Amino acid sequence: MITITPKRKFDVPIQAACINVDVFTGKTLNEIKKLAITEGKENLTLDDAFDLTEDKTLETPNITLTGDFSKVKRIGQGMKTGEIIINGNVGMHTGEKLAGGKIVINGNSDGWTGSEMKKGLIEIHGDAGDYTASPFRGNSAGMKGGLITVDGNVGSNVGCYLQGGTIKIKGSAGRFLGHHMSDGTIYVEKNCASRAGTFMTGGKIIINGTVELLMPTFTIDSIKPKVKVDATQNAQGPFYVFLGDIAERGTGKIFALKTTNPELATYEKYL
Amino acid sequence: MTEILIKNGFVIDPLNNINCQKMDIAIKDGKIVEKVNEREAKVIDASGLTVMAGGVDIHSHIAGSEVNIGRMLRPDDHVKDVVRKTALTRSGTGYSIPSTYVTGYRYSKMGYTTVMNPSMAAMKAKHAHEELNDIPLIDKAVFTLLGDWWVALETIAKGDLEECARHIAWMIRATRSYAIKIVNPGGLESWGFGRNVHSLDDEVPNFSLTPRDIITGMAKVNAMLNMPHTIHLHTNNLGIPGNYKTTIETMQALESVYKGDKPVGHITHIQFSSFAGDNWAHFKSGAAEIANYLNAHNHMTIDIGQVTFADTTTMTADGPFEFSLYELGGHNKWVNSDVETESSGGIIPFHFKKKNAVNAIQWSIGLELSLMIKDPWKVSMTTDHPNGGPFYHYPRVFAWLYSRKAREATLKKCNKKAQRKSLLPTLDREYTLYELAIITRAGTAKALGLKNKGHLGIGADADVAIYNINPETTDIAQNYKPVRKAFSNAIYTIKDGEIVVKDKEIIAIRPGRTMWLDVQTKEPYRINEEMKRKFKEYWTVEFDNYPVTDHYIKVPEKITIQASV
Repeated sequence: MITITPKRKFDVPIQAACINVDVFTGKTLNEIKKLAITEGKENLTLDDAFDLTEDKTLETPNITLTGDFSKVKRIGQGMKTGEIIINGNVGMHTGEKLAGGKIVINGNSDGWTGSEMKKGLIEIHGDAGDYTASPFRGNSAGMKGGLITVDGNVGSNVGCYLQGGTIKIKGSAGRFLGHHMSDGTIYVEKNCASRAGTFMTGGKIIINGTVELLMPTFTIDSIKPKVKVDATQNAQGPFYVFLGDIAERGTGKIFALKTTNPELATYEKYL
Repeated sequence: MTEILIKNGFVIDPLNNINCQKMDIAIKDGKIVEKVNEREAKVIDASGLTVMAGGVDIHSHIAGSEVNIGRMLRPDDHVKDVVRKTALTRSGTGYSIPSTYVTGYRYSKMGYTTVMNPSMAAMKAKHAHEELNDIPLIDKAVFTLLGDWWVALETIAKGDLEECARHIAWMIRATRSYAIKIVNPGGLESWGFGRNVHSLDDEVPNFSLTPRDIITGMAKVNAMLNMPHTIHLHTNNLGIPGNYKTTIETMQALESVYKGDKPVGHITHIQFSSFAGDNWAHFKSGAAEIANYLNAHNHMTIDIGQVTFADTTTMTADGPFEFSLYELGGHNKWVNSDVETESSGGIIPFHFKKKNAVNAIQWSIGLELSLMIKDPWKVSMTTDHPNGGPFYHYPRVFAWLYSRKAREATLKKCNKKAQRKSLLPTLDREYTLYELAIITRAGTAKALGLKNKGHLGIGADADVAIYNINPETTDIAQNYKPVRKAFSNAIYTIKDGEIVVKDKEIIAIRPGRTMWLDVQTKEPYRINEEMKRKFKEYWTVEFDNYPVTDHYIKVPEKITIQASV
């Protein structure tokens, strides 16, 4: 196990895609220390900015990061195997294009965490930022598989262009949840801000709390007593089931809990 | 200015019938000369290397409003290909729509020195020229979209081709352009009303004429003006299965204009116009029919528009075609526009995949055409950058042409249905370096009427590319990979007598020239009150702001020609 701690407080973003189990594998500690990173426009090596220690007795997790990493971007980018644990807050693009393995964040994560990921698991035991599990600007190929769990709240535009996989949020979600999604599942245990599921053509969004504003391009389909989140979990209803986004001829589903959304009762007359 | 002597290279210069001869090339004051003083000149030892004229690209969208909107539409494209600055070169982004500087650097590294930007609406001419100014190291020119310009349509409908010719001459000068570009004639005008034309004899709304009238009329006008290039034609029905018939009809329509000396039409990115089959399910290649026609007739030239399997950005003035691509390609993000009285435009990202039957057949069509058309002087190699693939994929296309082995390696990875339909296994032809030089520089320059480009004769521009290929010891068809690599990175590129690329790195930056035609008509064209009234009524731009003025072009190269009207 390699333990990494920051040497100082960082003012400008650090690009550290090399903090990645695939990159570390087969390298000695000294080789790892010499891996290239950038701090702003400066080219540095890993040990210019971080203290690195190796504990040969422990196999997993492969990398442990302790301290404030909120300015450090692209940790675990494109990783295929292994486990990274981050004890502290972490910066943008963590676990971007993740293709396997596991990243545990004992703190908050910033934007684009798990962006375009294909496989694997990201556990966030704090809040997650905007664009979590959403592709980068202009890209229309989102998360394809894997699981992201968030214990806290998430920002806006989470799960955009989702094409598969599951996102479980224990807290509340910001605006434009599941914007443009075509498959996969998003489960929000608390409230959801306005415009969830805009442009969605498939997949499902399950909301246990209040739905701030349901898009008028969704139509009520039925009331269901429960819904399956994934192979291990069901959400207890009863749920109003809405179909949409009709403007996109979509067949996505939004499940809104009946008891927390009394104002949606007006839709019942169309059943 | 420095003198340069390139010694002992294998020179390939088809325009002067030189095929792999060991000889010296002397350069002085930006031109190829008979000899230079060997003691004072900078000597480049090119022994074991291939020396060709700088590459000439006949059709590549490198600047203009559609290119720039494409850049804005695709941040996801730039993030894939970020180019860092060096002490000499500037930073930028690349992939399917490289930024201006990167475009210049990449062309120059491939040994290309002249590039034609084939599509520019007159309204957007100033923007296009400003962008061309920022592309270093290559000479360039633009073609103005004139096939659906109202004034041209009106005068052709009236039957007054001489007046049409004078208008066009003015327009060529006003937009500082080099040739007449016609895109889906009649279709773009119809697109303003949500319609399209589907054959050469459909009527264009509000004008009593047909695409056939526009094409033949424009070809005649082109001849009257003594333009160096022919009309540059993007056919009707482009990108629709079964369109090879329309393409052949178009070429047949131009037979009547041919006088027996030089070609009268150039069909661009013909791969997209050589589809057979009734629909996408029965999609197949119409390359054999097109190639047979071209082998029997001499009045046309073509460029290929080869697909290279890339995640690219399609952009054309053919708005209705881009709309059908949007419908076809799964509703990707898109841009579509109507450019007032002149043209239309559309942009949509498109990923050409080997495993997609239609895409793989398209790839096959481009190569079939290149291999089945016997006379390489009729063919120019393009990918219709960025429509079929980015221009820096050219070396891949070269490899598919000069090596059967390379084609087979790619065909094996293609969709099974496409493999069965492909004619490539029946084609044994492999391009020689000599033929390759024709389709990338000599023939292209000839088709464009560029007298000082594409060859290394005395008096030609000193644009030279030196590649690490030894034609004596290398079997290019068998060892296609090192040769492909050599083509993607020239050892030396010389532009106007200055070494700009050395050992595969850019070592000097110089601006390229913008060539434009000053067409002198016998009776000088005057803008009358009628024209000014039209401007007030139909254009959003004031007449005085419309023409491109000299200060918009940093390094102009005016070519004066005398028209016969």
